[in-house]
Amino acid sequence: MTDSLVSLIRAVEDADSSNRLLEAVENLAAARLEGAIPTLISALSYNNPGAAVAAVDGLIHLGETAVPFLLEQLDAHNYTARAWAIRALAGIGDPRGLVTLLGVATADFALSVRRAAARGLGMMKWHWFPDNLLEIAQAEALEALLFVAQQDEEWVVRYSAVTGLESLGLAIVQAHPDWRSQIQSQFEQIALNDDSWAVRARVWMAQQRLQTESIVQPRLEEQPSPLSETDWQMIIEKLYDRKGQERLVFAEGDPRRYRELVVAIAQNPKPV
Amino acid sequence: MANEPDIQSDSLLTVEQAIANLQGADLGLRVYAAWWLGRFRVDAPEAISVLIAALEDEDDRTEVGGYPLRRNAARALGKLSDRRAVSALVQALGCSDFYVREAAAQSLEQLGDRSCIPVLIRLLNDQVPGTLPAPEPPQLAQPFDAILEALGGLGAVDAIPLIVPFLDHFIPRVQYAAARAMYQLTPSPQANHYGDRLVKALANDDLQLRRAVLADLGAIGYLPAAETIAQTLAENSLKLIALKGLLETQLQHTTPPNLSQGAIKVMTLMDELL
Repeated sequence: MTDSLVSLIRAVEDADSSNRLLEAVENLAAARLEGAIPTLISALSYNNPGAAVAAVDGLIHLGETAVPFLLEQLDAHNYTARAWAIRALAGIGDPRGLVTLLGVATADFALSVRRAAARGLGMMKWHWFPDNLLEIAQAEALEALLFVAQQDEEWVVRYSAVTGLESLGLAIVQAHPDWRSQIQSQFEQIALNDDSWAVRARVWMAQQRLQTESIVQPRLEEQPSPLSETDWQMIIEKLYDRKGQERLVFAEGDPRRYRELVVAIAQNPKPV
Repeated sequence: MANEPDIQSDSLLTVEQAIANLQGADLGLRVYAAWWLGRFRVDAPEAISVLIAALEDEDDRTEVGGYPLRRNAARALGKLSDRRAVSALVQALGCSDFYVREAAAQSLEQLGDRSCIPVLIRLLNDQVPGTLPAPEPPQLAQPFDAILEALGGLGAVDAIPLIVPFLDHFIPRVQYAAARAMYQLTPSPQANHYGDRLVKALANDDLQLRRAVLADLGAIGYLPAAETIAQTLAENSLKLIALKGLLETQLQHTTPPNLSQGAIKVMTLMDELL
């Protein structure tokens, strides 16, 4: 540990007022040091919203290195901390968070958690996925977001699902025009029927964006996936566990029937 | 974030059962039924009638003489958009219980019936006999914030000279309520003076007060507050609700699906808070 990291962490631990704590967490987050991750994670449970926001921002900037710590935090019993961890996970868009986000977007008890997860599903780093896993992953995200946009009882969660559908719609456009028309017809329904004018307005904005940005430029500057084969295998297994629980039956010829094939391909990804 | 109501268990009550409970012998069930009818927006005529009757309840009293059932009934009636409740709520403005008066003022604003304005003004002047102050410090004589907000929301322009002194009230929450009302009662360019006062108050050190100001800015839909709201140190849930208020105000100026620049700006800020 460097001296500056030690002193930044000590400042968080020694903070004796909520303003000092906020300042210390902000400084620690701004340092962008991996060694700060455990302390930033504990700041999620301090019941200080300002400090939690700063910690979430810091964790999002640290990106995939923070993901294993965040996944661990999801098992904790501190409800608020779990919600913040999901928010960070959603902001990072790491595929290891995909199945968690799918689960909580549709079923979590707290609206703040469903809200963050719906946003995160749309912002997933789809370009990291191996081709054959991409299809099932996006199909699951689409299904979850369509459900949430239509069914959630809280306006802000439906609003969030609309942003997720917009991002997903922009990401899938070339491979799956049929999915895009599913998103568009859902948008038309919401624009006419949603109880909340804020949700309708967000749909109008999403419709405009889908119309004007019909061709997504490949994002050249983005780094390739840092995930290991083991990571992908775990994601696949979790996805299939989830599908198994849903008891969905795929039609004959649906590529998602061929689990072993998908696993084999993901274990031997194409050279990047 | 951690205190969201447990909707599932509340849904176990049925409308018929809640209406029956409200007239039953069990005081706990009565208070709960009154809250439940408002929470689930049960606007059946029978529900309105039993809630109006509950505004005159004498059975449910606190040690210091408060009327918990009346408070819940008054709050519920504000959510049910039935103007039959107006005259009973105006009566409740004269209740000895501070919190019944507070709930009645809030509900009368929600019902949007201007006939209560003269009584609200008398209450603001503390001229209604038999009304006791709040039981805890600072033992305010009247629920001034609720009264000021109602006067603003109901467009009580005549009350402006009476509202102005409250801009300097010793309780910040009351100052903000006065600024909110003045914004609503003042014509456009001058109104921003009061909107800006609220924006400045978002920097207050007290989280409770920042939360209250967020609600005020959302209620008046003050667009210049958008960026400061997004940056305020408070829960994202509350910032999103405040920004929703700004967005809905923007939507009133355009024909769907057209969006003003302001609406797009507010939604862009909201997206970042999800």
